[in-house]
Amino acid sequence: MNVVSTEIMPDDPVVVPEKKAHMDAILDANRDRPGATMLVLTLLQEEFGYVSLPMQNYISEQLKVPLSHIYGVLTFYSSFRMTPIGRHQVNVCMGTACYVRGGPTVIDKLEQVLGVKVGETTEDNRFTLDICRCVGACSQAPVVMIDDDVIGRVKPQDIAKLLRKYE
Amino acid sequence: MVYRAHVLLSSAAEQSGEIEQALLDSLYNLNLQDEVQVLEVATLGNPRLEPQIVVYPEGIQYVKLTPENVQHIVEEHLYKGRLVEDLMYVEEPVEPLPAPSTKEIRVVLRNIGKIDPLNIEDYIAENGYQALAKALTEMTPEEVMEEMKISGLRGRGGAGFPTWLKWSFAQRASGDAKYVICNGDEGDPGAFMNRRVLEGDPHSVIEGMAIAAYVIGAEKGYFYVRAEYPIAINTLRVAIEQAREYGLLGENIFGSGFDFDIEIRMGAGAFVCGEETALMHSIEGKRGMPRTRPPFPAQSGLWQKPTNINNVESYANVPQILLKGGEWFASMGTEKSKGTKTFAIAGKVKRTGLVEVPLGITIREIVYDVGGGILNDKKFKAVQTGGPMGGCIPEQYLDMPVDYETLGKVGSIMGSGGFVVMDEETCMVDIARFFMEFVQDESCGKCVPCRVGTRRMLEILTDICEGRGKPGDIERLEELGEYIRKGSLCGLGQGAPNPVLSTIKYFRDEYEAHIYDKQCPAKVCRKLIEYKIDPDTCIGCTRCARNCPVNCISGEAKEVHVINPDVCIRCGICSQVCPVDAVHIY
Ligand SMILES: Cc1cc2nc3c(=O)[nH]c(=O)nc-3n(C[C@H](O)[C@H](O)[C@H](O)COP(=O)(O)O)c2cc1C
Ligand code: FES
Repeated sequence: MNVVSTEIMPDDPVVVPEKKAHMDAILDANRDRPGATMLVLTLLQEEFGYVSLPMQNYISEQLKVPLSHIYGVLTFYSSFRMTPIGRHQVNVCMGTACYVRGGPTVIDKLEQVLGVKVGETTEDNRFTLDICRCVGACSQAPVVMIDDDVIGRVKPQDIAKLLRKYE
Repeated sequence: MVYRAHVLLSSAAEQSGEIEQALLDSLYNLNLQDEVQVLEVATLGNPRLEPQIVVYPEGIQYVKLTPENVQHIVEEHLYKGRLVEDLMYVEEPVEPLPAPSTKEIRVVLRNIGKIDPLNIEDYIAENGYQALAKALTEMTPEEVMEEMKISGLRGRGGAGFPTWLKWSFAQRASGDAKYVICNGDEGDPGAFMNRRVLEGDPHSVIEGMAIAAYVIGAEKGYFYVRAEYPIAINTLRVAIEQAREYGLLGENIFGSGFDFDIEIRMGAGAFVCGEETALMHSIEGKRGMPRTRPPFPAQSGLWQKPTNINNVESYANVPQILLKGGEWFASMGTEKSKGTKTFAIAGKVKRTGLVEVPLGITIREIVYDVGGGILNDKKFKAVQTGGPMGGCIPEQYLDMPVDYETLGKVGSIMGSGGFVVMDEETCMVDIARFFMEFVQDESCGKCVPCRVGTRRMLEILTDICEGRGKPGDIERLEELGEYIRKGSLCGLGQGAPNPVLSTIKYFRDEYEAHIYDKQCPAKVCRKLIEYKIDPDTCIGCTRCARNCPVNCISGEAKEVHVINPDVCIRCGICSQVCPVDAVHIY
């Protein structure tokens, strides 16, 4: 888990009025539903790509749920992030099928091309490289997901070309 | 009302109001309002593509829209039937299922690719919702259970518990509210059966759930689907919406006085949430940690109410059983394992993909007749079934029937249907390490045997793979595995040692080669191999040097290239790109 700053960044959804309004809308639509914490966090993660500490504080006040509970939920599930991601998310599948069909080699090549390690974001904020669990496209292994695109039968030598599409 | 097309509109974007207005206006202007149905959904997945819509039946996603190009899409696509290519989001199409091989029987998959999952009428035309009607109007809950008992259907989510028996526990439990849950978490890496059913035939699962709800007396159901399956989630949303419209969900279904409705909840990337008690904690909005059973969910489940939880495929079988009869279902399979099972065949076979076969079929038939044999005609080594809690089954059992009991006897499990085939180029120690890494990462940390034990096992396995294995390591793994199996709280820990114990049992010589000879017989473990370029074969094309991720290959064009072993990370890309096969592993 990355070190999470308690400082409020200038673009944090809690200080940008339009983003804040969006947060409020999500909170209002779900606060009375059973199991609201997960619902709200999932929607915010989808919307903003991360749930910062200031956002967690705000959610805690709004839902009247202890911050520790919210932090606990966020750290438990792997799809939540507490820091912003790059413009595009590159996820290499490391499920069994992809693993035996060359997933690790794809990661090596991506790390070379992007110049970052798994879990990091490129300096120009264009790509975040990560690994993910089986995406259910095993028959096309090895699989890379770029944002919501599922790209199957990836060959290491084609990777540079693949990335060009994503600005 | 029969709609010709459906448009899903994501309401996640700020501009979604304008988009919706433009969409409705344009539809009215062309008098399409009765032909095209607009459905608002909370999100279509990727927020960076907002505002976006999906047009069905084609399933075309248009992204980053403005009110002007929405009007354009309505005129072109919905009115004239021409796709607007520059606004389309290009994605791999969902593969249609190939024609079944002779060994396959399609029960659960019968409608996949044949019906439009987004049009409930297609499903109804295939006798859809007749089983629910029959149950609600002609059968008592007891009679439904009796039919299920005759069928012999056992849970398809892993443990194989008789479905009718589970229902009867929840039926007898008393409570002011009861729930049914559909487990669509499908976390096993290498498995995608449930996904295809949810994407291709969602109503069969909804119908099965409704029948279960009728039997146990529940009014509310939850789908728990992993967030990695956005298409499945969208399809389900539409299906539920349409079922409500047709009165097949909601109040007083078929005039029987039975009320039932369903809500979807998404997972957030935690494998252990597939375990039933963890899953319920997750729906309740908590960390998805399992708890001890008893009490079983049938007594005290979601929000402490009696709850029935089944797998996607278990539910999908139910309507067919009620329509064709339990006897029909029981005529397929073996004495104790009835019916068919879907498997996701992956790994080193020629035809990977989803298949449905009668239980009791042999592994050989699945690998060679259904899967077409091993890729590049290499030699079969093992098949891994049951995911991270399953085991590896070696060649000597190729003619073993695939059923719950036999798989258990050889140290594996049925699991949810993952079937990963491995050939001579797969290192069994490396595979064991891979699975241990997975469970170690996914262990929720609640109980000590699983949290600490899996980490110790992973350390030993990593040492073995990296050439630091010591005499006694194999025995230590066996001993630890036994403790973890016996002492863990939930099925995750209890099953975690299986991949290791089964590979030790059948491939002990590979472990010994790593430990004593510091060699990886399959030439996979990177610390134990070296890549070299054969100077007699190399043509100096420079391709390897250009593709090397660490630039450790030197040599001028048209001259022999050399790999620097101190820098080389043994990724093998050079051997993959070499046009003349000059790169060899030693
Ligand atoms: C760690 C773990 C993961 C599981 N994952 C799944 C899963 O992804 N899908 C599923 O249906 N069952 C899964 N199960 C089994 C469920 O706990 C439960 O037995 C099953 O959903 C019951 O449905 P069935 O009787 O229809 O098989 C998992 C169990 C464990 C211990
Ligand atoms: S293992 Fe990669 S998609 Fe399934």
